[in-house]
Amino acid sequence: MLSLIVFLPLAAAVALVAVPTSAGRRVFVWSWIAITAADFALVVAAWIGYDAGTGLAYEQNLRWIPSAGVGYHIGLDGLSLPLVAMTALLFLACAVYSLPNTQRIKSFVLLFLFLQTVSLGLFTALDLILFFVYFDLSIVGMYFVIAGWGHGNARQSALKFFLYTFIGSLALLLGFIGLYLAAEPHTFDIVELARANPLAGSGSYGALVLLAIGVGLAVKTPTVPFHTWLPPAHTDAPAAGSAILAGVLLKMGTYGFVRIAMPLLPDTWRHYAVVIVIIGVVSVLYSALVALAQEDFKRMVAYTSVSHMGYIVLAVGAAGILAGSDAQARSLAVTGAVTQMVSHGLLTAALFLLAGIFYDRRRTYDMGAYSGLAGPAPVFAGTTALVAFASFGLPGFSGFIAEFQIFTGSLASATVATALALLGILITAGLFLRVLHRVFLGELQVPDAPGAASGFTDLRPSEATAILPLLGLAIVIGVLPRFLLEVIEPASTTLIGLVSR
Amino acid sequence: MNMNENPAALIPELALVAGAVLGLLLGSWLPRHRQWWVRVLATIACAVGLAATAVAMRAVPETVFGGSFAVDTATNAVRFIVLAATLLVLCLSIDTVDSHHRETEFYVLVQLGALGTIMLVGALDLLLLVAAYLLASLPLYALAGFAKNARGTEASLKYYLMGALFGVFMLTGVTVLYGAGGATDYATLARTLPGASHAAVAIGVLAVLAGLLFKIGGVPAHFWVPDVTEGATTPVAAFVTTVPKIGALAAAYRLVAEALPAVSLDWPLLIAILATPSMTLGNLAAFFQDNVRRLLAYSTISQVGYVLMAVAVATRSDLALPALLFYLAAYAVTNLGAFAVVAELPHALRITDYRGLARRHPGLAAVLIVCLLGLVGTPPTAVFLGKLEVFAASIDGDLTWLAVIAVVNTVASLFYYLRWIASTFLAAPDREQNALVPAGRFAALGAYTAGIASLALGVAGGLVLPLISGSLLP
Repeated sequence: MLSLIVFLPLAAAVALVAVPTSAGRRVFVWSWIAITAADFALVVAAWIGYDAGTGLAYEQNLRWIPSAGVGYHIGLDGLSLPLVAMTALLFLACAVYSLPNTQRIKSFVLLFLFLQTVSLGLFTALDLILFFVYFDLSIVGMYFVIAGWGHGNARQSALKFFLYTFIGSLALLLGFIGLYLAAEPHTFDIVELARANPLAGSGSYGALVLLAIGVGLAVKTPTVPFHTWLPPAHTDAPAAGSAILAGVLLKMGTYGFVRIAMPLLPDTWRHYAVVIVIIGVVSVLYSALVALAQEDFKRMVAYTSVSHMGYIVLAVGAAGILAGSDAQARSLAVTGAVTQMVSHGLLTAALFLLAGIFYDRRRTYDMGAYSGLAGPAPVFAGTTALVAFASFGLPGFSGFIAEFQIFTGSLASATVATALALLGILITAGLFLRVLHRVFLGELQVPDAPGAASGFTDLRPSEATAILPLLGLAIVIGVLPRFLLEVIEPASTTLIGLVSR
Repeated sequence: MNMNENPAALIPELALVAGAVLGLLLGSWLPRHRQWWVRVLATIACAVGLAATAVAMRAVPETVFGGSFAVDTATNAVRFIVLAATLLVLCLSIDTVDSHHRETEFYVLVQLGALGTIMLVGALDLLLLVAAYLLASLPLYALAGFAKNARGTEASLKYYLMGALFGVFMLTGVTVLYGAGGATDYATLARTLPGASHAAVAIGVLAVLAGLLFKIGGVPAHFWVPDVTEGATTPVAAFVTTVPKIGALAAAYRLVAEALPAVSLDWPLLIAILATPSMTLGNLAAFFQDNVRRLLAYSTISQVGYVLMAVAVATRSDLALPALLFYLAAYAVTNLGAFAVVAELPHALRITDYRGLARRHPGLAAVLIVCLLGLVGTPPTAVFLGKLEVFAASIDGDLTWLAVIAVVNTVASLFYYLRWIASTFLAAPDREQNALVPAGRFAALGAYTAGIASLALGVAGGLVLPLISGSLLP
């Protein structure tokens, strides 16, 4: 079942290779939408069949490279299931969004189907090498998306993205090998490693392993100071690429913290939790301030992403500080972190798809060039405003649920840091309101673009169909979060149990 | 002493000898357009060798002919890799040498070179090692100048002079070790060398390793690699940069693991120090290479740096031998795959000539991407698994710093591999004469085979690793 969810897009891609390019774009786009919809339906079925509190479900453990301690071990629990669902939904949204105009559609569809398998695979992997394989392939896939369909300095940004995240992934690999060699018998299996806790009390060796893994995940997340690859990559990527990059690929880093770094290295994690909290807070504040100074809409969204990922880092760091807090608070922080991953995935993907509309209509993201867009494009303006509100954590949206839990859970153990991070919300709120004010209100003004019609057309059906469900789900989570939290909470409690060993 | 003289243990080697000798006789009688019979004979020789190796892999390891030649896991694995690689080279050379007036000579020399390579690995005696070194070298000097043009001749001469120089080093080393240890077979040397003069052992080991390092193409004996790769024809370049390295690396492993384990000389550090500049200089020199064959040449220099890591921890980690053998297999198919694409597009000499490849020949572009990303070590290709094993072995063997250097180098290498990959996606220039004219079917067949093998070996590594996880004979 789970393997089917993971490999359905790839299998479909292999089948589509045989279809000649001359078959026309409709064939490719509609089969793409059909495949992603089917995959999403399968994930929904898996969610319905999932019984929270039972730990790992849909587990599959096959021998792959036994002599190297590598297995094909996959499964779902409360940490991964929400992310799998979010991933499947985002790919569906990207397929719908790309319906009207994408060049070289065949390769684009194949690449996205490949990326979907890789992303779903990563969130289901319970083996370090399997995780690493998907982690690296996601970099390769996204490199080709940015280099092939981006604009501006696309190739340079793609190369920068590749080099940064690849360096990170190799650090990660060294850390994985460190874990592998520490366990007796040698194994890469996450479940077995979590049980064995091979680096308990190992001092500097454990610190080095955590450093390697931490750097690898921090680059991908990204946190300050490893975030510099992200703004150019986002700015120059196509809208669907940015949505996947921000919505799914960034979560691979934070997911790695809760799936690998915390349960497999509990001692070391607790020891260095303060460092992680500090990195989180710096990420939150620094990127929020930099976002405030941006003139480019997409760049601004990219920096707010770094800031929002900072909350997650803060939460997972605070969950490692035992002093001054009880297990319930720490578990709340972890639940908030996972909720934030889902919420941020939905909202940032929506924001990037909305940003793509600026480029689609007028070939520029420069906010100074636009104003008064609410007149000709009311739906666009309204949607953007709602997504922006949701994104800075207004009650009633998913972001609020996530951030509330993060702050409540972290306050006791990391009081000063949490208080400082609260300022981040203020800055984010300010910058989004300023953007809404500048771009949508006032005198109508749109920049000239060669070959574009005058005025600024509102959302097309395909764009609305892609973006509105993401916003809708964010509202559902904001108003009725139980269905999500009930899945996440047991897993957070288990995780906190592992960390406090 | 064990006087096992069972010729059946040497069927792969005998098949190559028979293929070469019969091929030479046959070729001198056949008219030029029928010389493909010699190619068939060479293919049969390789196929027989592969079949015999597959059988020998199940048999108990043994030493034959006075304990001078080991038939064990390492030998069998290298036999398999070398014979398969030779078959691939034969396949991708057909388009170039078919009906050539020295076609027979080509096949004969290739088989003799492969034979010498296999002998290097099995050798349990320094004198046999030197003989194998010569057998693995002399045919290649001739092959390098096969095209008989100015560049090829220069390459051949350079190759020969370097080879002669390092051959002399090697003989000197053998002499010194013989003087110090009183024997030339590894088993006796392992007993006597620890008690011998420190300086003599150091000099002897260094000199013998110098000879092997020349075959490996590692720094500082690497100067011939770029010139030969650029000057020789592409199939020859593919052969020379792949096959002899396999044998020489495994031979270096056997030498340090069997003759030097108890020597107080810090040879793991020595080899680690040789590995570091190999990967670093190879990468740095490849950075701004515009000529694809020179780029691949430097890439092979950096690749052997990674393999040398496994040699460095030969006695310190149980993971070293499978890591070495798997990396060699992965390197062979991946490197040959990249060369096969180059052979299929003989007019595309520079990176910029590959513009438009993804559009015009998507299959070849896919093979090129798989092979180049494979050389980087991106999963799930074979070299990734090889790198994983090598890194794990070197960290296990307390050479973590070497693994870190290798990681940094891997990242650096991305730059030039990606430069090549990126150019295949650019729009083709609107020139009259396009460089992307395919050479023929066979080089393409070789490219597809190698590309698929490179992926399959990575995914199905679980099936291969148990076969190479044995140990060397004592």
